[in-house]
Amino acid sequence: GPEELALLEKLLGLPKGNKYGVQGERKVPVLQTNNGPGLTGLMTIAAHLVKRAKKDQLLGSTAEEKAVVQQWLEYRVTRVDGSSSKEDTRLILKDLNIHLEDKVYLAGNIFTLADILMYYGLHHVMVDLTVQEKEKYLNVSRWFNHIQHYPGVRQHLSTIIFIKNRLYTNAH
Amino acid sequence: MRLRVAAGGPAALKVLAAAGAAAAPVQLLWGGPSERPLAPLTPPWVPALELDSGTVLFSPNAICQFFFLTRGEEPTDLTNQWLEWEATELQPVASAALYAQLVHGKKGLEAVEALGKLLAHIEQNLSRRGTAYLAGDTKSVADVVVWGTLFPVLQDETSLPSELQVLRTWFQSMMISEACRKAADSVLMPKALLEFKSYLQKQPPPCLAMERATSNEPEEEEGSERALTEEEITAAADAWARGAAALPKPWQPQKPVLPVEGVRNVLITSALPYVNNVPHLGNIIGCVLSADTFARYCRLRNWNTLYVCGTDEYGTATETKAVEEGLTPQEICDKYHTIHADIYRWFDISFDYFGRTTTPYQTTIAQDIFQRLLARGFLLQDTVEQLRCEECQRFLADRFVEGTCPFCSYQEARGDQCDKCGKLINAVELKNPQCKLCKGIPVVKPTQHLFLDLPKLEERLEPWLEQSWATGDWTANARYITRSWIRDGLKPRCITRDLKWGTPVPFDGFRDKVFYVWFDAPIGYLSITANYTDQWERWWKNPQQVELYNFMAKDNVPFHSVIFPCSLLGADDNYTLVNHLIATEYLNYEDGKFSKSRGVGVFGDMAKDTGIPADIWRFYLLYVRPEGQDSAFSWSDLMLKNNSELLNNLGNFINRAGMFVCKFFGGTVPNMVLTLDDKRLLARVTLELRQYHQLLEKVRIRDALRCILSISRHGNQYIQVNEPWKRIKGDEKDRQRAGTVTGVAVNMASMLAVMLQPYMPSVSLAIQGQLCIPPDCFILSHDFTCTLPAGHRVGTVSPLFQKLENDQVEALRKRFQGGQPEDLALEPQAKQTPPASEPPPTPATLLAPGDPQLIQELTEEVAKQGNHVQQLKANKAEKAQIDMEVAKLLELKKQLALAEGKSPQVPVPKEKRKK
Repeated sequence: GPEELALLEKLLGLPKGNKYGVQGERKVPVLQTNNGPGLTGLMTIAAHLVKRAKKDQLLGSTAEEKAVVQQWLEYRVTRVDGSSSKEDTRLILKDLNIHLEDKVYLAGNIFTLADILMYYGLHHVMVDLTVQEKEKYLNVSRWFNHIQHYPGVRQHLSTIIFIKNRLYTNAH
Repeated sequence: MRLRVAAGGPAALKVLAAAGAAAAPVQLLWGGPSERPLAPLTPPWVPALELDSGTVLFSPNAICQFFFLTRGEEPTDLTNQWLEWEATELQPVASAALYAQLVHGKKGLEAVEALGKLLAHIEQNLSRRGTAYLAGDTKSVADVVVWGTLFPVLQDETSLPSELQVLRTWFQSMMISEACRKAADSVLMPKALLEFKSYLQKQPPPCLAMERATSNEPEEEEGSERALTEEEITAAADAWARGAAALPKPWQPQKPVLPVEGVRNVLITSALPYVNNVPHLGNIIGCVLSADTFARYCRLRNWNTLYVCGTDEYGTATETKAVEEGLTPQEICDKYHTIHADIYRWFDISFDYFGRTTTPYQTTIAQDIFQRLLARGFLLQDTVEQLRCEECQRFLADRFVEGTCPFCSYQEARGDQCDKCGKLINAVELKNPQCKLCKGIPVVKPTQHLFLDLPKLEERLEPWLEQSWATGDWTANARYITRSWIRDGLKPRCITRDLKWGTPVPFDGFRDKVFYVWFDAPIGYLSITANYTDQWERWWKNPQQVELYNFMAKDNVPFHSVIFPCSLLGADDNYTLVNHLIATEYLNYEDGKFSKSRGVGVFGDMAKDTGIPADIWRFYLLYVRPEGQDSAFSWSDLMLKNNSELLNNLGNFINRAGMFVCKFFGGTVPNMVLTLDDKRLLARVTLELRQYHQLLEKVRIRDALRCILSISRHGNQYIQVNEPWKRIKGDEKDRQRAGTVTGVAVNMASMLAVMLQPYMPSVSLAIQGQLCIPPDCFILSHDFTCTLPAGHRVGTVSPLFQKLENDQVEALRKRFQGGQPEDLALEPQAKQTPPASEPPPTPATLLAPGDPQLIQELTEEVAKQGNHVQQLKANKAEKAQIDMEVAKLLELKKQLALAEGKSPQVPVPKEKRKK
């Protein structure tokens, strides 16, 4: 919601002063602007902020990267935000674990807005994972640990501890 | 790159449309849900795009975005916002609606209701920005993505509420784009949709956070009714008080009916029935009865209305029939035209004129259109190879040739199709062809023909269609069929035939030829009107003043939406072109098709022999009108609807209301003192009345009939709750209450009589007589007003409907279930319809085996029924239902065995021939 947009603004080095509202039951963020009806939706506002900060590379450079970023941002607002049960969470982590098997970042080898928003969106999930679960979703853990140490991303959010040595050798 | 989509999967639509719009070089793979996905993260039935780098995109929106990026269109804040909105808000609701539609069989209207707020959101955005598309004045990824999600649910902009005008326009302009049209045609094939449905049936219903909270609401709403507002109640009471004076005066147009300046001029046609087929119930509801109901409604609205129809009489089928019956074609036409006219008269079809196509006007008008097309360069000339019988001195129409099938060597194949293998045949390919008339051997000869240059006319057709679709009411199937015709590419169409029985071609080198019926027949609308009035051009060359409605069954759509408009556009003489094309789906008979040859089903001339009045037939046919989807005539359902809806609901209410006036108030309508409850009822009835108008204005004839039945249901409840028969015996106050309730009820009956008139004219007239409704009140307005005030005298009230008994209906069902011996004989004479005076045919076992036509029909029936049973089993239908269908299958197989077994000389087909 608006909180993570504030985090993003800071990360992007944008001046404070944007006013955010929320809309509807899902509390969809709305960016009020001086002219016009404003922008609605986390993805939309985040992409808008990135462009305002002239950090367009965070949205991907090629058509392929741009589409992949779009895809994971969408995954974030539909699947991650829409999840309501333990089972949903399990499926998301399973999906991501498969996807990240051969990738450093969500979009491959480049750090993008998708990583930032996915990190913010998953923080409350990762906080609750047991050591065993973190090992089960090893690729997610590796990626998450990487992002939380990426300069400027984590800010006031708590650091999540990942153990380097595996405890459960037979876990899959 | 490889794009994998599943046919029938709704998300496939947008990605294909986007790929098409971007002209992306994709390799298309069609796959089903059972196949392995392209990448682990792609669920079945969701499109996946594998890029050359190996990356797989599994989000449909991201795929669309990718295609637009490759053509250089960067996302903007606005396109992003729409994509996010589509993914988070629209998608979940649309999926649920689609699930409800496909799996629960909910109708389009209900599905659209669920989308209400979201549709309004689009409408508001479009109108606020004032742009043609969602993110500006050109089409963007946003439009494709939103359209792709809406289309499977809506199918057509006509299912959008009419107040969402801007949204409708947008939706239409999307449909016109080639990329969207192509995507829709390739993804939403009926068969693919069925597959998708069976996939959905195995999935849990979509259940999303926001859906959970509201999922019970629609169910509740069905039971209870929407609350009335204070304003509605007050307005209804005011309208009631104004009385009959508030009604417009019924307007009787001068005869002949001609367009009048400043009023709505409605020209209605129903497809011209082919003269030598006796129409069955499906033909009747598809064309003349639907058009009649609408024409009657128009007249009750004081719209200046002309309804014309007639028999289509030219062509090879008439010639063949004439040869069979030993008459001249003209004699055949005269004979059958009378049969048609009698049938429609019996069904109380209110044609202003019922004509025929074999008139001098037909010749002059058709030849004039031809000359104009010729002068404007829209006709082509080409040589066609055709069989010619030198003996008979004529080129042979397909039906006049027999020979050996080039595919299966069956020796009695017809010139157009083989009865054994079912394949379509080009007559010149027949081996050992034989002239059916003289048994001589025809030879292949080149012959010259003229062709209508449809490709050249397409540039006139497209803008006209666009405009007609934007302003008129075309049924969804009419739009769909037209679109796929144009998509498949228009080719020149031959307009001449080597025949005698037709309109002569007025052009040197072609003088021994006639016009092909499909060119000629629609011109019949004009010539039939010309026979009605010499001022016919005021109707047919007057698109400024006249609104044209064409009624037909769906098989007739291309002739009315593409070919005939092309003729008229090419002739370029300010013709009135169709504004509203109303096409029905098919009506089946019980569980199969109507079949003349097997005597299955009720044909127009037999309906009156059943003893069931015409109005009951009309009511039931309109009640099951195949509006939006195929429907079936069923005897037990006919009985049920007659006994429940007509007898117990409508008839009971009108009869009680009238009887109370007679018994308790000496035949004089009592004083009425309205309470809030009464006013509430008035408002409720007004709502139904308005709904009735809304539906009929859109020619939703079947749905509007439900409004009439709702009103009488409200009336019955009202009487039941207020018990006037008890109160009449009470004190002064009670007696006054009985008077009010009786008065309100009889006024409702009076209005029902008017609303019912388009559907059941004789019953309507009977009510008018019984209640002595003043003729000036026989008009439809948007208000429910008191037309029978206190002091009005009613006449003698008697029951309107009769109960149908099980035995009676069962006997009728048996009588029309087929297998009549005379229909199975091979002699063509025996295939004629028995004259109405003859006793009805009795059911009998199959006596004449070996009829290849019959074997083929039965084989198809068996295959169809077999599939049906499999389908039921697959869907885990109830055992009783499966058993019943299996019994039918066994019976069919028995009939087939009988038909085949006694005729060893006829090769028995081993597998089904047609799919």
